[in-house]
Amino acid sequence: MKDRLLSIEDLRCERDGRQLFTGLNLSVEAGECVALLGPNGSGKSTLLRCVTGFFPDYEGTIQVAELAYLGHRPGIAAGLSALENLRWYAGLAGVDGGNLSALLERVGLAGYDHILAGRLSAGQQRRVALARLMLDRAPLWLLDEPFTALDTDGVDLVRALLVAHLNGGGAALCATHQALEVAGSSVLDLGAGR
Amino acid sequence: MSGFTAQLRREWLLLVQHSEEALNPLVFLFLAISLFALATGGGPDVLRDTAPAIIWVLVLLANLLSLEALFRRDFEDGSLEQLLLKAEPAFLVLLAKVLVHWAMSGLAMTLLAPLAALILYLPSSALPTLMLGLFIGTPALSFIGAIGAALTVGLRRGGVLLALLVLPLYVPVLIFGAGAVSEQMAGIETTAQIYWLGVITMAALTLAPFGIHAALKVSLEQ
Repeated sequence: MKDRLLSIEDLRCERDGRQLFTGLNLSVEAGECVALLGPNGSGKSTLLRCVTGFFPDYEGTIQVAELAYLGHRPGIAAGLSALENLRWYAGLAGVDGGNLSALLERVGLAGYDHILAGRLSAGQQRRVALARLMLDRAPLWLLDEPFTALDTDGVDLVRALLVAHLNGGGAALCATHQALEVAGSSVLDLGAGR
Repeated sequence: MSGFTAQLRREWLLLVQHSEEALNPLVFLFLAISLFALATGGGPDVLRDTAPAIIWVLVLLANLLSLEALFRRDFEDGSLEQLLLKAEPAFLVLLAKVLVHWAMSGLAMTLLAPLAALILYLPSSALPTLMLGLFIGTPALSFIGAIGAALTVGLRRGGVLLALLVLPLYVPVLIFGAGAVSEQMAGIETTAQIYWLGVITMAALTLAPFGIHAALKVSLEQ
């Protein structure tokens, strides 16, 4: 049996007096990728924030393995270089950073090691955040609109990273407006039934 | 590298990067002290008697000024989310953040206290007590203030609210800190005040990181 990395049972969540979802069940196992679809305001980000624990105002149970989160805000400090941002994260997550420059190269930022993140474009900052995901050993990725601000190469990169992560026994829950086009991914439509 | 040292390194690099911003509270402190010296018409005697109160009150206010930026940038760029999610234990990493804040506010103000004393005609015999009091008391300002900063970071205009939240909590530090210097000038033993400052700082050091952690979680709920 595969490892279950996320299990959501009978989740009910209200925000600002509006019911976002009720009776939501979801189970994500190793190697699985679930795309969260739905119109703006349907609760995709809120569901991800419930799983991270940032939004505790829900009923139901959520059991979750160690996770890595890429939210709306990339989590990249503008006053630090791309490399220092990764080094900080490696220290926080307690992983051996290894060759961080190679990671930056992998996300298409070769030669940007010592450039302040504040001088990078939104898409490039997003790429640094993708390098951070690769650095993390967490088996479950929570991605909130990972294609934002990325060019077509960047979108392909996210897909390639997702495939590599799933093949390595990881799983992902991904809020998106764009088709994931990742083999074996399933869809949870939060807008359905409204 | 542990989370604590990684955070220390990060804060230090950011401090160097935004050094002009970090210097602003110190500039404010000396500007305000100079204004007092200029505005008080009574000459050295009046200044000398009020110097402990002026210095301590302005240290409090300068500290407050520097607090608003403590979590602001990390909150806006999402680093705070990553910190709370990955740091194990988060309170220890937050401790590193506040320690660097103290080094640039309380510790720097302690080291510059002789200059403040000179401007306000504080007798040199009272200087060791002033510096010791600042050294022992100012960490409590950073730790208590950081709880307020953590609570108000999610608000668009949290500045005034931060002052209203934090200043009343600074009162014991102010009373013991300024009191110690005044009593030293009056020739009275000041050990008790210094010990009390130590007690407040130790209590803040022990408890505040948990408070900061809880307050940041509340701020991130929005």
